[in-house]
Formats: sequence, C-alpha cells, structure tokens
Amino acid sequence: MAGLIARRARRQATFRWIVVVVLGIFFLLPLVAMLMFTIREPGGQYTFDTWRQFFDWPQLANTYPELWEGMKSSGGLVLLTVALMLVMLVPTVVWTRLRLPWLRRVVEYLCLLPLTIPAIVLVVGLAPVYAWVTYFLGGSALTLTFAYTVLVLPYAYRAIDAGLSGIDVRTLSEAARSLGASWGTVMWRVVLPNIRSAVLSAAFLTVALVLGEFTIASLLNRTNLQVAVNLLGKSSATMSVAVSLAALVLAFILLFALSFASRRRGQTTRGTS
Amino acid sequence: MTTVGLSDSVAVHLDGLRRRFAGVQALDNLDLEMAPGELIALLGPSGCGKTTALRVLAGLEDADSGRVLVGGKDITNVPANRRDMGMVFQAYSLFPHLTALQNVEFGMALRKMKPAARRERAGEMLDLVGIGTHAERYPHQLSGGQQQRVALARALAIRPKVLLLDEPLSALDAKVRVQLRDEIRRIQLEVGTTTLFVTHDQEEALAVADRVGVMRAGRLEQLAAPEEVYQQPATAFVADFVGLSNRLPGTLSGASVEVLDTVLPVVDPSAAPAGPVTVLVRPEAVELSVDPDGSSRVFAASFLGPTSRVTVALPTGDLIIAQVASAMLPEIPPGAAVRVALRRVPVVVEAGGGAAQPARV
Repeated sequence: MAGLIARRARRQATFRWIVVVVLGIFFLLPLVAMLMFTIREPGGQYTFDTWRQFFDWPQLANTYPELWEGMKSSGGLVLLTVALMLVMLVPTVVWTRLRLPWLRRVVEYLCLLPLTIPAIVLVVGLAPVYAWVTYFLGGSALTLTFAYTVLVLPYAYRAIDAGLSGIDVRTLSEAARSLGASWGTVMWRVVLPNIRSAVLSAAFLTVALVLGEFTIASLLNRTNLQVAVNLLGKSSATMSVAVSLAALVLAFILLFALSFASRRRGQTTRGTS
Repeated sequence: MTTVGLSDSVAVHLDGLRRRFAGVQALDNLDLEMAPGELIALLGPSGCGKTTALRVLAGLEDADSGRVLVGGKDITNVPANRRDMGMVFQAYSLFPHLTALQNVEFGMALRKMKPAARRERAGEMLDLVGIGTHAERYPHQLSGGQQQRVALARALAIRPKVLLLDEPLSALDAKVRVQLRDEIRRIQLEVGTTTLFVTHDQEEALAVADRVGVMRAGRLEQLAAPEEVYQQPATAFVADFVGLSNRLPGTLSGASVEVLDTVLPVVDPSAAPAGPVTVLVRPEAVELSVDPDGSSRVFAASFLGPTSRVTVALPTGDLIIAQVASAMLPEIPPGAAVRVALRRVPVVVEAGGGAAQPARV
C-alpha cells in the first residue's frame, strides 16, 4: 500500500517535471533565438558589440535618440502608472468593502471591462479624449499614464482585492479608528502594511504591462519603448531585438520576484487563523 | 498602582437613541445612564440592538436621532477617532504586522507620546493584563485568549474615557472565557474606567456587571443590579432570558397568584389582569421531597456537578424542572414518587393561561 502511494507520488513528480521542461523549452527557445540573433555576425562569428552598445547608456542616447526617448518615457510611465493605480485603486476598493458593499460587483465589473475591450477599440474611444489631454497637458508620452492606468485595472484590482480578502479590513480599521486614527492613517499604517504583497504584485503586473504596451502608444502617436523598438527594427534589427529581449527578461525577473515574495509571505503568516 | 493611572471616570448618557436598518428597529428610543466608573453589561438575544448601542457610543455607527453625552459633553457628531474610547472587539482585531507591544503602542503613538514613555506604558499595560512576557510576539503567535488580553491592553493604554467591550469573550473556550472575564472585572475596578460590556451570555453579564441591562427589540426591558434582574425580573421576557423558568398555569388575584395549590407573591401584579395567567417559576424555587404517597413522578435527571436538574411529571401530566442538590439524586431515581412544593419567592406572571412548559435548558 505504502509502496503504491510512493510510486504514484513519484509518477506525479515525474509528470510535473516533464511539464516544466516542455514549458521551459517553449518559453526559452524564442528567447535563446533572440539572443543568438543579437550576438551572431554574418560570418558565423560571435560578438557582444550590440550588448556593449546597449549598456553604454550615454552613447546610446546619441546613437539611437528615439530608443533613448522611448526608454525614458516607458520608465516614467511605469512609475506614474504604478503610483496613479495605487492611489486610485487601494482607497476605492477598501472603501467599497467597508461602506458600500453593494457596489462591490459594480466596481469589479468596471475594473474588469478593459480586459474585454480590444486595445484598438479603446484607442478609438480614447483619441478624442486625448485631444483634450494634449490641449491641457501637452503631447508628452507620459500622458499615456491615464490610458495605462485604465488598462492595468483588471490585473491590479484582482491582486488588491485578493489581498484585502486575507485580512479583516472592517475590524482592523474600526480598531484603528477607535484608537484615534484618521482615515488616512488607517490606510497608510494599518491597511497598506497588511496587503503589502498584494500591492507589490499589482505593481509588478503594472510594470510588466506598461513595458510591453505598443498598440495604444503607437496609435496615439506617442513614443514609448515598444514604439521605439518597432521603429528601430527598420534600421538596426539587432539592437531592436536586444532591447526587446532585455525588456522581456526584466519582466520575467519581476514576476519571479513577485512569486517568491508572495511565497515568503505565505510562509510567515501561516497559522494566523 | 500609580502607573496604571486611575482615569477620571466620566458619566455616559445615551439619550433617546433611534436607529433603523433595512426594516429592523435596532434601537428604539434607547435611554441609558452610566455612572462614572460603572460597568454596565448589555444583555440580550442577537438582533436586540445591544451591539448597535455600543457602536453608536463608539462613533462607528450613526444614530438616526438621539444624543450621546460623555462627561456631560454632547459628542453625537464627534467622529470615532476623536472620542477617546477604548474598544475590544469580538473578532481578533490586533494589527497583524505589529508585535503585541507595538499594537499597544499604536494609540499612544497617534497621540504623539514620546517613544520611550509609550514603550514603558505599553509594557505596564501588558503586565497588567498578565502577558508581559509575550510583548515581542506577533498576533499569529498568540492564542485567542492572549490576543484578547493584548487588545484589552491596547484599549486601556490610551486612558480612554469609556471602555467598550463588544462580546470580547465569545470566540474563546469556556475555561479561558471565565478566567478572562474575572480578570476584565478586576482590571476594570483597578483602572476605574466607565465600561459598557455587550454580551449574549447571561452568566458573563451577571458575573461582572454593576448593573445589567436586558435589551429586547431596541429597548431596555430592565436595568438593575444582577441579583435584582435575576430575582425580580421586571418582565416575563427578562425572566425567560435570564436564568431558566418553568411556565405554569395559575390564577392571579390581587398581588398574589395561586399555582400548584400554593399562593405566591407577584413581582408586578399589573403585568396581567386578574384571572388565569402563566406563572414563571425558577427551577431552584421548586422543592422536591421524597414521599411514597406523592402524586408526582420523577421523569429524568441531569447531573451538573454540585446541583442537578430533575424533570418531574405533575399529576396533570405537565412537566416541571427542579434544581436540587446532587446528593439527593440517589433517593429520587426516575419513576420515584415525589412531592412538589414551591418556595415562597416573588414570581413573574404573564397574561393568558397557556399550556404549562418546563424550563427550556
């Protein structure tokens, strides 16, 4: 009997490893191909010139000004979008849970909407809005923050809502209130520290999404990283592929960090109930 | 005990509070006066409005009308965070990301107390609730009873004007519950803070309170010392809710009632018109004596330790529960003939004859 169970466990472990390996190949192969593309010279020689150029940032700005522009604006967009998303979403979700529970479904539905609307349709709707945005705030690529905040809502909402489900927001905030905390203090010193990993995961998902966004930026005539990469592809293919690869790897690293961070948290809080 | 600091106890006055939730009148013109330093327990079935009353006093819930006065000051429109009330909740409410000590410091930190001073006081408060050795533990490393102790220390650390306890013991096991209950009372007497204790457990309320308020449908049915609530319940509802009562048919005339061929005084003769009434008799007011010629028969007995509850079938076929010393049990096995007598203590009557009903255990 014990032998049977052990054998079954072994078989399951084997199956799991097979899945991991197959998926690993599936995801890694294109990345390896990209890497090869950036380091192989026409004669079959290997060279890291492209990467050397890529990491030499002061020079990069001179050689590929659009790319540098795109990287800068994507970096700025990441920061602004994460900030705007957190400032808008965390208090809204907490408030809905505490005071307007009947609105929860509506908020959830609204937040999930961007998932169901194709980017191209979104742009059609956003174009006239952005005419006004340009009028008031100028044509900077950073104005894409607004569109991107909408775009990340489904992922960020899910993450934050799940985080809040893990704690008794109502009791904790009432306890803090009775001890003399204003609503701002309740958010900052009680709610946020207890949904840290949820906020972290919402932020990482936002970073990944903003770094990879092309459609809206391109159609609204703003230069972000992906638009620049696309443009660059027409003149310097190896550099554009190198940049894409770097962006992908960065996103992967962030997601791994995220899963590790949440796993650690899971271990430390086990046994809370 | 200068360190604990006797608070300047204040009086609390809930004045004509009304609160309605979707079709339910949670508070129906509730009036409650608490003397400085008094511990009042609000007791009642779930949905009677006791928790709503406490939450209105805490500022966590708004009343539709009525006023809340603390120390003579009208605080009806003061938000919860400026009311200076310490509160202990039914659910575990410690901040999970802070240690026990940091939890206790939280309210003092908001009051801009110096770190050294608040750390010292937090330590004293944890000692006061008997958990000083666990100061560095996180809530998930503490048992339920320990968490509630820390919550009590946290509530008292801010030297609250009023201490609010919202069923703080109901999530704990029986033994811890009794222990912590007695300790809450000891600490409350020590610090002298005016306290409102909400519970649905009558034993808890009777054991700790200066006065017990029995609530029903948003109103106070009776507010009196524990002994009075138990021995002279103002209404049939109170008699039924606090302690056990047998319901027996009787005949009311004047200030006395005749039941089981015994004439007993009545607590409130105006509760029912003269004539057939239902009489509520406590099991401990029912006396059994062994008598081979007795017309009643022992039906069943349940052993409770020092005392036992014996169900007896009356000649009419009705059942009545008596509480007797357990030492008597061997003399009255099921089927034994006994005589039933009622002690001459005041009883509560309810209008209408109705069928007899033994006390619901």
